[in-house]
Amino acid sequence: MTERSEGMSVGSGRGVRGVVPPRRHGMSVRGRAALNAAGVLVFLFSIFPVFWMVMTAFKTDEDINADTPLPVPLHWTLEHFRAVIDGQGLEYGIVHFFLNSALVGLVTVLVAALISLLAAYAVARRRFRGRAGFLIMLIVVQMVPLEALMLPLMLNAQRLHLLNHLAGVIVVYIASSLGFAILMLRNFVAAIPVELEEAAALDGASGRTVFWRVTFPLVAPGLVATSIFAFVNAWNEFAIAFAFLKDQEKYLLPLTLSYHFGRTQVEWGSIMAASTLFTIPVMIFFLVVQRRMVSGLVAGAVKG
Amino acid sequence: MAQTVQVPGRAQDRIAADPERGHRHRPRTGRRVPAGPYLLIAPALALIGVLILYPIGQLFWMSFHKIGSREARGAAPAENVGLENFRTILGDPFFYRVLVNTVVSAAVMVLATLVLGTLVGLLLNRLGRKMSLLVSSGAMLAWATPGISAAIVYKWLFTPGGGIVPWFLDALPDWLAGGGWDDYNWFGSRGTTYFVLVLCVVWQSFPFIAVAVLAGLKSIPDELFEAARCDGAGPLRTFREITFPLLKPVLLVLTVLSIIWDFKVFAQLYFLSGGTANRDSFNLAMYAYSSAVAFPAKYGLGGAIALVLMVILLVFTGFYVRVMVRQGETA
Repeated sequence: MTERSEGMSVGSGRGVRGVVPPRRHGMSVRGRAALNAAGVLVFLFSIFPVFWMVMTAFKTDEDINADTPLPVPLHWTLEHFRAVIDGQGLEYGIVHFFLNSALVGLVTVLVAALISLLAAYAVARRRFRGRAGFLIMLIVVQMVPLEALMLPLMLNAQRLHLLNHLAGVIVVYIASSLGFAILMLRNFVAAIPVELEEAAALDGASGRTVFWRVTFPLVAPGLVATSIFAFVNAWNEFAIAFAFLKDQEKYLLPLTLSYHFGRTQVEWGSIMAASTLFTIPVMIFFLVVQRRMVSGLVAGAVKG
Repeated sequence: MAQTVQVPGRAQDRIAADPERGHRHRPRTGRRVPAGPYLLIAPALALIGVLILYPIGQLFWMSFHKIGSREARGAAPAENVGLENFRTILGDPFFYRVLVNTVVSAAVMVLATLVLGTLVGLLLNRLGRKMSLLVSSGAMLAWATPGISAAIVYKWLFTPGGGIVPWFLDALPDWLAGGGWDDYNWFGSRGTTYFVLVLCVVWQSFPFIAVAVLAGLKSIPDELFEAARCDGAGPLRTFREITFPLLKPVLLVLTVLSIIWDFKVFAQLYFLSGGTANRDSFNLAMYAYSSAVAFPAKYGLGGAIALVLMVILLVFTGFYVRVMVRQGETA
């Protein structure tokens, strides 16, 4: 699983001073040029595989198998995208699996966001016995790999007749996202000044009203960021989906990719088209939360 | 599973985030406690309990029993075999091969990720505004790529007959790169498979380290660097005497997290090595997985392998928890 995408820090989400401070006094022109060259190298190293994936998806088979790899397609084509949309050996087109994945991700996020918001509020605002223990348990739980738990989870799902149902996968994803979601949201809740809640309480608002009318709107941006990470997590997960879902009708996108990938004659064009379609939503989500991510990192958490 | 990184906040943030303080100021109007904290954490606790903690317990139980498919269905009682499963694993040379694969690859990944990430973090700190934005956006793209997509693309990059790396190596003069690259199978042996795996994982994970290090750098007051410059310290000396010591807490947390992440790499290896057919290049996560789906079912043995992986990860998680507790994250 690409947990690294959520390996994010948790920040209070407040704006911070500019991302790039002008700390460049006393540097020679040559030093500057060397730094910029290094920057360009890092940039190329970072984007090259993604660039290559997208370009391959648009190449004709002839261009893909050319003796000299072409940086950009000679003949642009949508044939591979058409092929994956038609299904190409699978009973369903990629749209079906896309919707499956989106459904699983959305249900996971909705339930996990609600549950983790309640718990995050409790640990951020209340003191109670076992609070530290609960927090430590969350830290430990988020480190446990689902691959290791797959065996008991699979047997339990079989017993409960949840194998081969999206619901079985969804409950596992919800539980596995709670650890990081609560820890992350807790910092967002803690960043809200208590005085705001106190003022509302003094005006006679009930605890519930204070929570939904004062705390909730303020924590909403943090909730969006947390939800996106939970969604991406569910979207990318492979091992549990692979173990649980056997009918093609229930396949999620990673299983579709694995199916195409496992065939003896690998069709690189359509694999790249499918994996491009799989990657795009994640990239869009990352763009949406990028600012929050960077500023959250700088402001809230990782600052030594 | 997902992670959050929690590294200590500044003193004033600590105070602002301290629930005790908020609580003390809370007007105690009436006795109404609308939903006690236990009620609030109950749903989360229940789900984690049923779907993570209980399965961990089951795994523990299973690893001390002999369980085939009949026993798993409940058609026959499982036989308690004590430490037999562990004895089988530890007596199998294959286990040590897997262990070596896991430990060596994780060590290389962690080291490479941290070095590259730190260097890029330092670079981002020195670059001009536009350049810095360009580099960090590029890195963000690598970070956002799902592990499966990354593995698929890297496999394609290294596949003979169209892949760019074999073509490039073949185009280089033979005295430099050697010959025979045009049809060399990178995924046929574990050394080259892991080379691509490490590259793929490092590519995806260095951006996080870079951003975290950059954030750490921002928190170092400029005056310290000014002072070092006035005292005539060169860039290396400044790094050794100022930057590195101040970044140490951040780097410590990042190292522990990277170790945990890189020990349990699964999807990337599964896709790169083409499923569970190539036992030679298993790591612990793959070994646990393949023994869980193996036929005929030996669930006890599979459970024991998964437990070994879990225990190793828990040791490192213990370090992490200790750091967190010491930094007041659970206060």
